[in-house]
Amino acid sequence: MSSLSRDDVANLARLARIEMSEAELISLSSEFTVILDAVARVQEVAGADVEPTSHPLPLRNVFRPDVVIPSLTSGEALSGAPAQEESRFRVPQILGEE
Amino acid sequence: MIRLSAVDMAAQIASGQTSSVALTQAHLDRIASVDTDVHAFLFVDSQGALAQAAAVDAKRAAGEKLSPLAGVPLALKDVMTQKGVPTTAGSKILEGWRPPYDSTVVVNLKKNDIVILGKTNMDEFAMGSSTENSAYGPTHNPWDLTRIPGGSGGGSSAALAAFEAPLAIGTDTGGSIRQPAAVTGTVGVKPTYGGVSRFGLIAFSSSLDQAGPCARTVLDAALLHEAIAGHDPKDSTSINAPVPQVVKAAKSGDVKGMKIGVVKELNGDGYQSGVRTRFEESLELLAAAGAEIIEVSAPNFEYALAAYYLIAPSECSSNLARFDAMRYGLRIGDVNGASAESVMNLTREVGFGREVKRRIILGTYALSSGYYDAYYGSAQKVRTLITQDFNKAFEKCDVMVSPTCPTTAFKIGEKSNDPIAMYLNDIATIPVNMAGIGGMSLPSGLAPEDGLPVGFQIMAPAMQDQRMYLVGAALEAALLTKWGAPLLSQAPALAGK
Repeated sequence: MSSLSRDDVANLARLARIEMSEAELISLSSEFTVILDAVARVQEVAGADVEPTSHPLPLRNVFRPDVVIPSLTSGEALSGAPAQEESRFRVPQILGEE
Repeated sequence: MIRLSAVDMAAQIASGQTSSVALTQAHLDRIASVDTDVHAFLFVDSQGALAQAAAVDAKRAAGEKLSPLAGVPLALKDVMTQKGVPTTAGSKILEGWRPPYDSTVVVNLKKNDIVILGKTNMDEFAMGSSTENSAYGPTHNPWDLTRIPGGSGGGSSAALAAFEAPLAIGTDTGGSIRQPAAVTGTVGVKPTYGGVSRFGLIAFSSSLDQAGPCARTVLDAALLHEAIAGHDPKDSTSINAPVPQVVKAAKSGDVKGMKIGVVKELNGDGYQSGVRTRFEESLELLAAAGAEIIEVSAPNFEYALAAYYLIAPSECSSNLARFDAMRYGLRIGDVNGASAESVMNLTREVGFGREVKRRIILGTYALSSGYYDAYYGSAQKVRTLITQDFNKAFEKCDVMVSPTCPTTAFKIGEKSNDPIAMYLNDIATIPVNMAGIGGMSLPSGLAPEDGLPVGFQIMAPAMQDQRMYLVGAALEAALLTKWGAPLLSQAPALAGK
């Protein structure tokens, strides 16, 4: 039987960049016990001799001609930005202050 | 007028008996009257729709040749971008976003002069089977307003069943076109994967997502299918081959000599008795129309649900990483000195609903080092086994059939706290997405015990979509003869305003 502890869920939430309340961490960890049991059934038939399928179409390296075509203007690209400055996306600080 | 088929509406516009503006206005009036009860729409674009309709009428007046659905209104699932029109995918994280570009489906709709009425409600990022996961509240089934209209495309199916639109666009990752069609007594088609471009379709699970037509008749669905399908260089998984001739097939409906395979594993235990009754009756009608009914087996289908709930969350955990509060959408916690990481964490906490978070966490786990082989890797192997089951069965038959869903529409709130019970809804629709083939659901009547619609599912090999339309048209015609009027004429009248 598989299960995820509250701390496991907290670690996954951190990796997925989602803040979670204590109540949410606890309820998700109990739900995951049930969900993981259900999905673990795939292991019953996934033998070493079966090739995995990642995609329904057997396509490889699809190219199109390298031709310049019209694209969004910077105004259009910025039209949904939460914040902008000098025709650029303004984002919170990425590096710590030194 | 709003109860006509799209084909008849287009004919009336072409002959001058009505105009696209009058038809569009009639649908806008209908929406204004009943949508407070149904809540199919998240945004109604009255101005845009009327302007588009006026342009079609002007083209007709100038004697220009019109496309087969020119001037007919359509409801667009809110997961498709439309330039300048609010697009949320049912999520708070995209509230107020107006995309700066059109999806290829929208480009094709505009090219065919199909009038876009507005955006329809859906489970957040198409994750769900009831439309209860929409951040903007549930949609109600026009057959019984206390019940779900299916999901994720419940807004599109409800709009059709409530006569708010004769045509709609859906997207189907595990059944999100077919299951809503089944529980609302409408027609929905998931084309072969790659048959319709995904450019501008907000991605949930890229190897499974496929847009397709929703309508009230098989022929209307076929016309919409041909309008939106075709190769698109902007989607590298789009198939570069001629579109299957689905309109021709829908007009023919000739199933003489066709072999129809009943999937042994998608029937019996767990399927409501009225669902089975209607399914058996449809098989008898198809046999009477000249098809040969045989039984086929797909032993690995029982693992499809488990594999789906690993593959789809895995792909979604990656796809939804783009909602990072930096370039568009919601941003929370951007106070002086806050780090980008804390802004992302806070934005995603507030912007995503419970089911979306559940799937992102599950996908993050399934893809993490040490668990990848046991979960995601094993699910990919099951995908191979399911495809092999289909291939073997299609050696014996031309199409495969099953009930679309195990039950009729359930009550709003009935399953919202039990993810596994909710996931079981999709047990018969998921195998089609895993193999990337085509699937259709059309109404097969009402379950005697509750008087609610039941869906009949037809599955065809990749790029043989026309076979679904042949069988669908044959069954639709036989049922219409039996009923004397379309199934939706039995739906209760909506009070309206």
